Amino acid sequence: MHKLFRRTAIAQALVFSAFVGVGGLAALPANAKVEGDTIVLGSAISITGKYSSNGVNAQNGYDFAIKRINEMGGVKVGGKSYKLKVIYYDDESTPARGAQLAERLIKQDNIKFMLGPYSSGLTKAIAPVTEKYKIPMVEAEGASRSLFTQGYKYLFAVLSTSEQYLASSIALAAEMAEKQGKKPSTVKIAMAFENDPFSLDVRAGVVDDAKKYGMKVVIDDKLPRDLSDMSATLTKVKALKPDVLVVSGHEKGATTAARQIKEMNIDVPLIAMTHCESGKVVQQFGASTNGFLCPTQWSETLSYKDKYFGSAADYDKAFKAAYPSYKTVPYQTAQASAAVLVWKDAFERANSFDTEKLRQALSATEMETFYGNIKFSPAGNNVAKPMVLRQIQNGEYKVVAPTKWASSELQYPRKASQ
Amino acid sequence: MLDNLSLLVDAPVLNAQLLLDGLFIGATFALAAYGMALVWGVMNIKNLAQGDFVILGGYIAVSLSSVGLNPVLALPIAVVIMFAFGWITYKLIISRIIDRDLFTSLLATFGLAIVMAQAMNLIFGADVQTAESGMDTLLLGDFVTVNEIKIVSLVIAAVLATIVIVFMKRSRMGQAIRATAQDVRAARVMGIDTDRVYAFTFALNSAICGAAGVLISMIWVIQPYFGITHTIRSLVIVTAAGLGNLPGVIMAGFGLGFAEQYAGFVFGAEFQQATVVGLLVLILIVRQIQQARHRQVVQ
Repeated sequence: MHKLFRRTAIAQALVFSAFVGVGGLAALPANAKVEGDTIVLGSAISITGKYSSNGVNAQNGYDFAIKRINEMGGVKVGGKSYKLKVIYYDDESTPARGAQLAERLIKQDNIKFMLGPYSSGLTKAIAPVTEKYKIPMVEAEGASRSLFTQGYKYLFAVLSTSEQYLASSIALAAEMAEKQGKKPSTVKIAMAFENDPFSLDVRAGVVDDAKKYGMKVVIDDKLPRDLSDMSATLTKVKALKPDVLVVSGHEKGATTAARQIKEMNIDVPLIAMTHCESGKVVQQFGASTNGFLCPTQWSETLSYKDKYFGSAADYDKAFKAAYPSYKTVPYQTAQASAAVLVWKDAFERANSFDTEKLRQALSATEMETFYGNIKFSPAGNNVAKPMVLRQIQNGEYKVVAPTKWASSELQYPRKASQ
Repeated sequence: MLDNLSLLVDAPVLNAQLLLDGLFIGATFALAAYGMALVWGVMNIKNLAQGDFVILGGYIAVSLSSVGLNPVLALPIAVVIMFAFGWITYKLIISRIIDRDLFTSLLATFGLAIVMAQAMNLIFGADVQTAESGMDTLLLGDFVTVNEIKIVSLVIAAVLATIVIVFMKRSRMGQAIRATAQDVRAARVMGIDTDRVYAFTFALNSAICGAAGVLISMIWVIQPYFGITHTIRSLVIVTAAGLGNLPGVIMAGFGLGFAEQYAGFVFGAEFQQATVVGLLVLILIVRQIQQARHRQVVQ
């Protein structure tokens, strides 16, 4: 009995010390993701799969900013200079894989500072994980409004949310109606939106603004996920002659709409759609796309600047020099770079690697970058940067709204040249 | 929905637009469906990868047009490539399942569909693509628009259908295919190499799909994962028309084209494809009732 007791006591001691040992080991990596003079960030990003082209765009944006910051002396915390580095994993464009990899980054690689994945869907899958482990994540590629209604405290997004994508086109239509001496409430709107979270967010923004002006929605069609024909919707457009046609359905929506608008001679004074550039409408359908309004998060013609990249135009030039395969710099790249700038700024203001202090520093972010002003709402979305609306004029994208940054006059009504 | 219907009554010219669009797209549906009916009738295989063959044909046109060839001229090349592709697919996969039961062939062709969609995603990318024929739009009256490529497609579809019909009626291989469809054993006894007939039939179907795909890529848009919708369309048409009934397939193809356009107009684009599946259910129910009556007569 006595012996047995002693034996259990020894066993207990052993188990206890083992726990302490493991605990001690576990305590170490709390700071482990600052290795020597390097701060290690982590990101699951779509390097393969259906989002791979934009996933790689985002990754290049991260890398480009990190290289620039490291060249300019790195990040200063506690009087010491640190370099930045990112561990990437390929999420294969699938949300389930993205969530797994976020776990792996946090649990196995002890990452304490996250950069976002590409797309709203992937961000939606990863945010609950970073939230669970209280790891701050600065993301640049998830725009869905629903990301910021979940009460997430560790999620910060540098981009404008999706309901802002096309809302400004409605304001433009109102402005144009007034110019012609008509009431904005006489404006008729035709809408065609895909039935997915992103496009429905875009739709919500349009509907809100249409209500504000008392405009009438004459067509409100939903587009299927595997859309390849919307001629019936466009026939309705021809019959009802709306003043505004708004389309959002990712690349396939833009491509299908542009093709059939051309083929059916659709003559609406104002046509606005998302994903014109990635849908390559100008390259495919040429002059018939003249006058399309296309929202963008960022344009190199804007007058924002910061001390790392200079102006938006400087960023554009420097990025093209570093990555010569790019003819134009996608906004997905620019905003990814901006996310890295936000991290640097937060590290220096928090002057610490404590995730809680960093979260507070991130919440208090208020800065101007080449990408735009950044200030987070309590929900984590950026409220300081408006969406920009560009119009296709002679095959080029010209900023027409907001007026503060407009580089060209809006062509109204659009001149459809087939 | 009701105001959309009243629009059609108030402005009858809208019907002309919808019917024309339905007619042109229906022709390409009929083409792919005829291929499906052929394989189904001769080999008793329901090819669930039919739509992916169509999309692959479309990608051949897109690829060739990206190097400067007009997609209309790419059509014969696509037909030849797809014929070869069909032959190889038969030798690798279909020949192994031809004597098996229904589910084996369904599973095998469904698996083939998934592999093809993924392969096309890897090769051509996930973006939506189109082949530009560079043709103009005709204006009929002051409202109805018809793109010339749609008329060209209709003509091409008609010519291809005629060629296939004449081939089946007159040529030695066509006769062998029909003989095999009627009775495999008898055909073998008569010295027909049925394995070769099967391979040829499947390759012919693949070539027909390729042609349909080229036309689709010029009229609509293609994407690696759009195959399934075309498979379902073929399935609906063949189910409605029955096997070995070419006029029926053509009529059902046009009917489906009209139905899609009207559904898109009245219910919205979201329900355009839902209508296709809805029609399949409806047709199966009607068939069931018809056959039930038939059985009673026999009793």
